Formats: sequence, structure tokens, C-alpha cells
Amino acid sequence: MKSNLKFVSGDEAVALGVRLARPHVISAYPITPQTIVVERLADFVEDGSLKAEYMHVESEHSAMAAAMGVSSVGARAFTATSSQGLLHMAECVHYASGARFPIVMMNANRSIAVPWSIYGDQRDSLGLLDSGWIQVYVEDAQEALDMMIQAYKVAEHPEVMTPFMVNLDGFVLTHTYEPVEVPDQKQVDDFLPMYQSTNKMSMDEPKSLCFSTSPADNQEFKYMQHKAMEGSVDIIREVDAEFGQVFGRYYHGMTESYRCEDAEAVLMTLGSVTGTVRTVVDMLRAEGHKVGVFKIRYMRPFPQDEVKELGKLGSRVGVLEKNISFGNEGTVFTNVNSVFSTLEKRVESKNYVGGLGGRDITKEDIRGIFMDLLSKEPFTERVEFIGMGCDTNE
Amino acid sequence: MRPKVRAYKRPSKISEYPSAPAFESGHLVTKNAGWRTFVPIVDPEKCVGCLRCYLVCPDGVIARTENNKVEIDYDFCKGCGICAHECKVKAITMKKEADEDEI
Amino acid sequence: MTRMSDFNIRPKDLTDQEYFYGHKACAGCGATIAVRLALKVLGERTYSVLPANCMSAVSFIYPQMAFTTNAIISPFASTGAMLSGVAAGARALGIKDFQTVGFAGDGGTADIGFQALSGAIDRGDDIIYICYDNEAYMNTGIQKSGLTPYGTKTTTSPAGENLPGAVTHKKNMFEIVAAHGIAYAATASIGYPNDFLRKLNKAKSVRGPVYLHILASCPTGWGSKTELSVQLAKDAVDSGLWYLAEYENDEFKLNRNPKEFIPVEEYLYKQGRFKHLKEEDISVIIEHRDKKWEKMRKTWL
Repeated sequence: MKSNLKFVSGDEAVALGVRLARPHVISAYPITPQTIVVERLADFVEDGSLKAEYMHVESEHSAMAAAMGVSSVGARAFTATSSQGLLHMAECVHYASGARFPIVMMNANRSIAVPWSIYGDQRDSLGLLDSGWIQVYVEDAQEALDMMIQAYKVAEHPEVMTPFMVNLDGFVLTHTYEPVEVPDQKQVDDFLPMYQSTNKMSMDEPKSLCFSTSPADNQEFKYMQHKAMEGSVDIIREVDAEFGQVFGRYYHGMTESYRCEDAEAVLMTLGSVTGTVRTVVDMLRAEGHKVGVFKIRYMRPFPQDEVKELGKLGSRVGVLEKNISFGNEGTVFTNVNSVFSTLEKRVESKNYVGGLGGRDITKEDIRGIFMDLLSKEPFTERVEFIGMGCDTNE
Repeated sequence: MRPKVRAYKRPSKISEYPSAPAFESGHLVTKNAGWRTFVPIVDPEKCVGCLRCYLVCPDGVIARTENNKVEIDYDFCKGCGICAHECKVKAITMKKEADEDEI
Repeated sequence: MTRMSDFNIRPKDLTDQEYFYGHKACAGCGATIAVRLALKVLGERTYSVLPANCMSAVSFIYPQMAFTTNAIISPFASTGAMLSGVAAGARALGIKDFQTVGFAGDGGTADIGFQALSGAIDRGDDIIYICYDNEAYMNTGIQKSGLTPYGTKTTTSPAGENLPGAVTHKKNMFEIVAAHGIAYAATASIGYPNDFLRKLNKAKSVRGPVYLHILASCPTGWGSKTELSVQLAKDAVDSGLWYLAEYENDEFKLNRNPKEFIPVEEYLYKQGRFKHLKEEDISVIIEHRDKKWEKMRKTWL
């Protein structure tokens, strides 16, 4: 296998992955910490290594609208955003999935103002969980690069035809340098041929796109959208397996389980914090504690089968997320518990909210969570904010 | 050279729907004739074939005939009366729909 | 050098094909005339982009599709951006000999779609943007927009004891667009269809962005008789409350310079939206008109 190693940041890895996927048009608007992605892509277009049109749009709303225009004629589109930008384009995010345009977008997970913060949490993309996009959360730069290629293959699958959002934790992942293996273009071309779609405007068969429906027909389209998203689970697994065979890297499909089989306490994670949790799991295992980590890769479609299987193991489960749905609990936690509720035996679970606005989640924090889970004491609270910098029990 | 109204059967199975909200352009299933209160009648004797009515019809229902006169597609005429008002030679008159049995 | 008259089209030269047919617009809708004629000139190899507005609401009602050519509804604010995307996508796929046209209303252009329009012009994209201006948000039920004229009664600018209806004048979209240094821009009126055809034909030949701003009456929103739609759009020009002009190569050109205006009342009082206007309101309207024409006649002739 021909490939080469590069030392790049997460953002640069995304740009390399996008270049390999050969989009026809890139619509770009800068926002920290996504900027390096669109800067590198501009470089690639300038130096001719990427044959694409680079469109300078005047907002994220227009970035997605332009991407939809590109997709509406059957061409491949890419854009990237973060945080406020994702929210600014929110109308178009829903629009793209309803239109069944297989656009791929990178999102740098970043806190939502106010208070203003350019640093990471996952409240931006989790706030758009219901927008009809496939959402994957990657753990490192290599996975970020590889997922750009997988994303198009899944999104453009004729039975899926659903846009795909690849999420990277802001700064922690977007700006951290790691060695990354860059696949060979020829191999990527074979893995990801240009897609053919009937969902497009065509000079041979003129079409009217993004039409309106009366209440007599609207629900059927939403049903089809739901079924396509549900069905994408199989396609995601297939594509990941095929990617593993071709490129030698396999990401375990919807989720990745680590040392969970006999664990008394399992912590569920999303994104880059998984690496730290894995380290703590190894440390605690060395100390004789039966702990494991369960990484959720896809939030949509939700990994129902995998989460159910985990629930059957009988461990106490913590859900660690950089997100809170004010007045309730973390959204990941809600999603996990909704699957657990289908099990005969109740799963004891607790929500740990941390890392908001870029706060570090430390090994000590994670050790504390595991100790809480390992104690046989009933949970005193359902949602706990971890890593608070001051006393909250006044 | 206008699209024609076609027979249409509502999907009875989900697979009969288009897989995305995209559909064949120019696909017509209903007429607009029922909207009309007044109906334009062209007097071919008076018509000089200037095509002003053809130009300004909002619904495109006025077509040129071979002898450079005009004819109206009453299936889609809404009876707005612009053609009659704009006709310089008063070749089009608006008649109450109910009175015009032959149409 | 090409002269404007080189782009003249006679009605009999137009294609017999109807590309916009069977739509559910109100009887006498002026905007539909603009869309229909535009497509006749631009031809069947045209991609149309329409934001959520009257023209899209009346022509994409599944399973009744009134565009016979390729068309797509964009988000309300996104006409300019989606136009660019469609054109870029088609170019990238190697599709040749096509037009990309947007049809947005006054609110979709001067208000919510303004930024995306500015972006598209700024990029120099090869697109045609047509603003059909019926001077209020008609699709939602006649609310004031940035292009609603002074003294217009709308559902959000009521006329009463204290207010004459809308208290601001129309946003000057034509000159704002021209200030971008756009390749070609023009105003038009459905009351002067031949002038509009000529400008469309010119637009078709221009490389780079084109903006056409066409006054299009709305009997429902204007409170006017359906048969008067074309007449009123002509009266607007003849009374000086609208104008026919072009911008190209950093120069403005007034296409029609009436020696004498018809009385504004003749135009205004045929419409329910202006019925309430008092003498002093009319004076405000005339004063604004005269100032505008003084400037245009000085520099645009």
C-alpha cells in the first residue's frame, strides 16, 4: 500500500482528507477554530493539487446554501464551520437534509455564546441533532482525515442520500499536531468514485427541487428521511469495514468499546476526551478496578444496537459529555437512557457534564467519575457538573 | 407548446413517492379554469396580431395561431382581463363566465 | 460597440414554448409576467432559483410543477448564494451553454436576501438576479418591506390618524447594486414589456453578474383591479414614481425621460393601498420624485 506520513493538525488532516475526496466546489467562510481547514483548501486550489472551485461566501448561511446549489446539479460539495457559524446556517442545515443533498461538512466543536468563548464543547452540533444530518465525532487527526472519505461514501449511497457532519473537538483536536498517514489518491478514487444521483436538476430531465407539499404528503417525505437515516447504520458499518480492508484502519462502526466486557463501571464518551479516558481506564485496570470506556462515534443515526448490548452487561454507566440541555440533562445522556429504557433490567446511569467552554477534563476528573461509578452507593444526583472551579454548595 | 394536464394517482405505497422532494418539471395535474368569473373572447376579425396580449398574459395562455392571430387555452385562463384591457384594437371582450356556454 | 437596440426582441421572435405554466398565482399577478417573459428569453437551458416567495409558492406544489425547466426553491435569504452554487456546480461538471437565474421579491432582495445578493455580485459570478418588486411581503399577506414606497398602507404599516402608512421611501436597490461595480444592472416594469425583453436579452449576453429590478404589480396587495396590472406598472413609470434605467461600465443611463409626468394621483388612487393619501402625503411623494429625477436627468442622460 502506497501512503505517506505527515505531521499535521486536525484541521490540516481534514483538508487533506477533503482533497482526496475531490469535491467539485468548496464554499468557505472562516470561523475559529475551523479556519485552517478553509485556508489549506484554498492553498490546495491555488497550487492546483485540488481541482475544485473555491467559493468565497459572505456567511455560513450562504456557505450551506451555496453547497446545496452545488449538490442540486449533482456535483460534490464541501463546507466547514463551527459554533456560531453552525447556528447561523441552522436553517440551511435542516434544508439540506430535507432536500436529501449528500453534502459533507466539517464542524469544529466550539462553545456557544454567551459568554463568548472560542474554545471547545459540543453544544453546537448536539443542538442540531434533530436537523437530519448524520453526525460523527472523531477522536484524532487520522480519524478526521479518514472520515472525510468515508463521509462522502456513506452520504452519497443511493439508500442514504443524507448530509454528513464530521465533528472535531475545537483546539484539542483541530489544533493538535499528530502524525497522520495520508492515503494514496488512486486508492481513494477507487474507494470513492463520483456519485450518480437522480435527485438533481438536469438538462436531459428537468426537475423542480425542494418543492412544497400539502399536509396530505409532507409526512411521507419525513418518514422516508427517517428511514434513510435509520438504514444508514448498515451502510456506515459496511463502509467502515471496507475502508479497513483497503486502508488498514477500521473504526469499529458506530461505537468503540474498550475493556467493557467485564467492567463494573463504564464511562461513555464522545470525541477526543476518549483518549484520556482510555489512559485512565488502563491505569485503573492496573490497580485492579474493573472499568471500561465506550466511545459513541455516531450520534445520528444513534447506535441503538451497540448501546443496548452495553446496557446488558450490567455495569454502572456514566455518560460524560461537553454539553447540557438546560433544565434537563445532557442530550447524550438522554439518548443513551432512552435505549436503556428498552432493556428488561434497569441500568444504573449518571450524567457527568464537563469541559464546557474549553475547560480541561483532567485524568483526576475522570478517575473521580470512575470512583463514583465503582462505589456501590446509590447516585445522589442524576447530573453532575465535574471540574467546577469553585464551591457550588453555598 | 405548453405542458398538458396528466392523469395522476396519489401514491398508495411509500415506494411510489419520489425519494427526495424533487419532481419532474412541467408536471401538471390540475387546471385553473375554475378560478374564472369573466372569460376573454377574441374577435378574430378585429385582431391585428400585434401579440401584446400574448406578451402580457400572466398565465401564458394566449398563443399565436399560424395566421398570426391568437387563441386562448381556457383550461388555464384565470380571467384576469389584462388581455382585454391591453388590446389596442379592442379585439378582446370579457364576458361573464356563466353566459358563455360554448366554452 | 453594441447598442442597446441591438438587443431588441419582437414578441413574434419569442419562443412559443411556455416554461412557466399552470401556476397558482392570483389572477392578474404581475410577477408571473416577469418570470414567464424572462424564461422565454433565457431559454430552456436555464436553472431557476427562487427563494420562499409567491413565485415559488405557486409553482412547486407537489405534484403540480409549473416550471417546465430546471428550478429549485432556496431558503429565503439565500437566492444569491444558491445561484452561485448552482452555477459553480454546473461549471464544475462541464455543463455548457446554460443560464442561472434567480427570481426574488422585494423583501427577498432588499431585506433578507440582501447580503447573499451582495456576496454573489462581489464574487463576479455569472448569474442573473431578477428582483420582481411588488413593494411589500405579499406572500405572507402584505407586510411592509424595504421597497415599500412612502404612504403605502400595508398590514404592518397601517394608515390612520397618526401615520400615512409606510413612512420611509423605497430603498435604492438599483444604485446600491450598481455601486458594487456590477457587470450590468437595469430597472424595468411589466408595463413596458418590450424594454424588459431587451434588457433580458442583453443580460443573457453579459459575462458576470446581472441585476434586473422589475416593478411588478400585485392586485391582491395593491388593492387594484386585476385587468389594470400592466397599466398600473406603466403608470408608475409615466408618473415618475418608477424609472427605466441601466448601469454598465460605471455609467448610468436613463432609458425613458418623459417630458411631462402623468399626475401621480392617476396612478395612486387606482389602488386601495394609496386611497387614504391626503394632499400633504401626495406632496411628500412628489417632492421625493422630483429630487430623484433632477439627479437622474443631470447625470444619467
